[in-house]
Amino acid sequence: MYEILEKQALNPTVTRMVISAPRVAKKAQAGQFIILRVDDEGERIPLTVADYDRANGTVTVIYQIVGATTLRLDRLGVGDCVCDFVGPLGKPTELDGLKKVAVIGGGVGCAIAFPVAKKLHELGATVHSVIGFRNRDLVILENEFKAVSEKLKLVTDDGSAGEKGLVTDALKTLVEAGNVYDEVIAIGPLVMMKFVCRLTKEYGIKTVVSMNPIMIDGTGMCGGCRLTIGGKMKFACVDGPDFDGHEVDFDEAIERGKMYREFERRAYEKECNLLKQSK
Amino acid sequence: MNNSPIKNPMPTQDPSVRAKNFDEVALGYTEEQVRSEAARCLNCKNKPCRAGCPVGIDIPAFIQKINEGDYEGAYRVISKSSSLAAVCGRVCPQETQCESKCVRGIKGEPVAIGRLERFVADWHNAHRTEETEKVERNGRRVAVVGSGPAGLSCAGELNARGYDVTVFEALHTAGGVLVYGIPEFRLPKSIVKAEIDNLKAKGVAFETNTVVGRTLLIDELFEDGFDAVFVGSGAGLPNFMKVKGEDLNGVYSANEFLTRVNLMKAYKNCADTPIKHSKAVAVVGGGNVAMDAARSALRLGAEKVYIVYRRSETELPARKEEVEHAKEEGVEFVMLTAPIEVLGDEHKNVSALRCQKMALGEPDASGRRRPEPISNSEFDLACDCIIVAIGTSPNPLIKDTTPGISVNPRGCIITDEHGKTMRDMVYAGGDAVTGAATVILAMGAGKDAAAYIDEAIKTKYSK
Repeated sequence: MYEILEKQALNPTVTRMVISAPRVAKKAQAGQFIILRVDDEGERIPLTVADYDRANGTVTVIYQIVGATTLRLDRLGVGDCVCDFVGPLGKPTELDGLKKVAVIGGGVGCAIAFPVAKKLHELGATVHSVIGFRNRDLVILENEFKAVSEKLKLVTDDGSAGEKGLVTDALKTLVEAGNVYDEVIAIGPLVMMKFVCRLTKEYGIKTVVSMNPIMIDGTGMCGGCRLTIGGKMKFACVDGPDFDGHEVDFDEAIERGKMYREFERRAYEKECNLLKQSK
Repeated sequence: MNNSPIKNPMPTQDPSVRAKNFDEVALGYTEEQVRSEAARCLNCKNKPCRAGCPVGIDIPAFIQKINEGDYEGAYRVISKSSSLAAVCGRVCPQETQCESKCVRGIKGEPVAIGRLERFVADWHNAHRTEETEKVERNGRRVAVVGSGPAGLSCAGELNARGYDVTVFEALHTAGGVLVYGIPEFRLPKSIVKAEIDNLKAKGVAFETNTVVGRTLLIDELFEDGFDAVFVGSGAGLPNFMKVKGEDLNGVYSANEFLTRVNLMKAYKNCADTPIKHSKAVAVVGGGNVAMDAARSALRLGAEKVYIVYRRSETELPARKEEVEHAKEEGVEFVMLTAPIEVLGDEHKNVSALRCQKMALGEPDASGRRRPEPISNSEFDLACDCIIVAIGTSPNPLIKDTTPGISVNPRGCIITDEHGKTMRDMVYAGGDAVTGAATVILAMGAGKDAAAYIDEAIKTKYSK
């Protein structure tokens, strides 16, 4: 059992949890993920490592309440335990040798982009961060990003916080202002990553994206997380989750992500009803 | 003596009933049937059956115990050689092993050794007393990577030799392929759990949620004070067909499909893990895994389930019994057929499997006749789900993170005849070494490696 030591709502649907998992904490690196199960009947869900503390043996995860499992996870509080917590899985993000990087985060993807920005900052790289949200209420980690970025651009779809626009607009402004980046790292919804990659391809900037497809075991066993990368089949869990964004077949990944949409919606509604009844 | 030329038939659930439930298909012999079947054994002096058993169970000896009515005694004979009797009695391919050597098989059917083994193991589990004999500990520690058949048998054997054994498992439940792969209707999970609880009671420690190669490295296991490591990490990486359309929604690897159904309990309606409930399912492949997937799909409510195999029925690698069961339940066998493309609808869901008819040519390197495509024989098999069951390869995680371990071009760990890898005190066995094979071969490898590990540790510390 893995105890929840801290819990904090970052916005109405995004929560940060610090969980005791000493073995995972000892090994975790930016870009890797864990898989957890809330209880013995639960499904396995992958969540990216948002932070870790090797000395205290803790791992931080940030999740958005999107379905039945995250809803059930969110009902747990400090002192409760999740029954399974395994990792770190996947390959760490490769950051060595980068001098100047644009880190792009979209929505809850900012939770994954932040440890990357932080690590780059620690390695002495110049970090320009672009973080985008639908509106002001959903903004997370703004101050954290500010602390590790030489430049931070906050954008929202409706302009209620930062500038009105999309992350691609902000990135375009930065590049056209003469910033030359070794690499762009984009983490967020598939559609966002697709359009960031389309833009950076025009500019010829290497772009790394973090993929989060449906998976079960996270060790290469099920093949459910397969993606097409440069025309070849790759598994996000063992070959990724980071990939060269210009090689990713995003349209295929978007369609595969819809596979269980109907099931997920029904499960979420059922869980909501249970929650209402228990109140 | 029972001179009947045929085996006592195994009682089974009626095919029309069982095709709609996940309960065990074979119900097991009654005591009367087991005594009648045991009486068919000639108790041959040279015991040819024993040579056909990968773990060398003294088969005539346990059958004689049955004849005496001493079922616990029979179990003790089996457990000298096998730590997973209830599992092997159910899933071993006895027809190509012990039973293929039985003298009764020359004129008639061999003694139903597997069914007898199953009865004895189930009898033991039902009448088990709490006390388990504790072996004196020798103070040496061995780490076992993977809790499938190879790991479990290695752990059981080393424990019996006095070692403190810890088994590390990547998934949340111990058992490996016995829990994620083989379906409930062929091997109930309660049976596997009982075998694992049995090992725990005898002193074996299990650590789930631990991916060796990620959470822990083999080097760290030695730093933690383990004297030796046994790698039984299996062959878990699914092979795909590499045809167009394989990325469409509704195409599963058999591993994914069976893991969702078994480990994640999608066979129960209340499970959190989703599975596609399809109308027509095409399973590509002809092995036991293909049969398991096809029969599971049927039980989930599919109206049509096809086995698509490129050779003919004679070459099907699955056990004959599994093929017969699948047929009885309504699975359709589309033989001499190879998939060439997966077709989809506008929503990227599978709509059909485009196939090509094959003819058998000259024998190939495997000794089986090579299937060759017949030109202009393409046809579309309508289906909304495709399960790819064309084999698996070993996982590269351990090789990639352990200096000194080498693999062959197929990704299988290279070992010497003692199960030792190229690295000192690291042993390996089962599918991780052989590529996908059977439960009992993996068990045999685990057991043999345990003896060599014992010898190596003793040699090392007697100096």
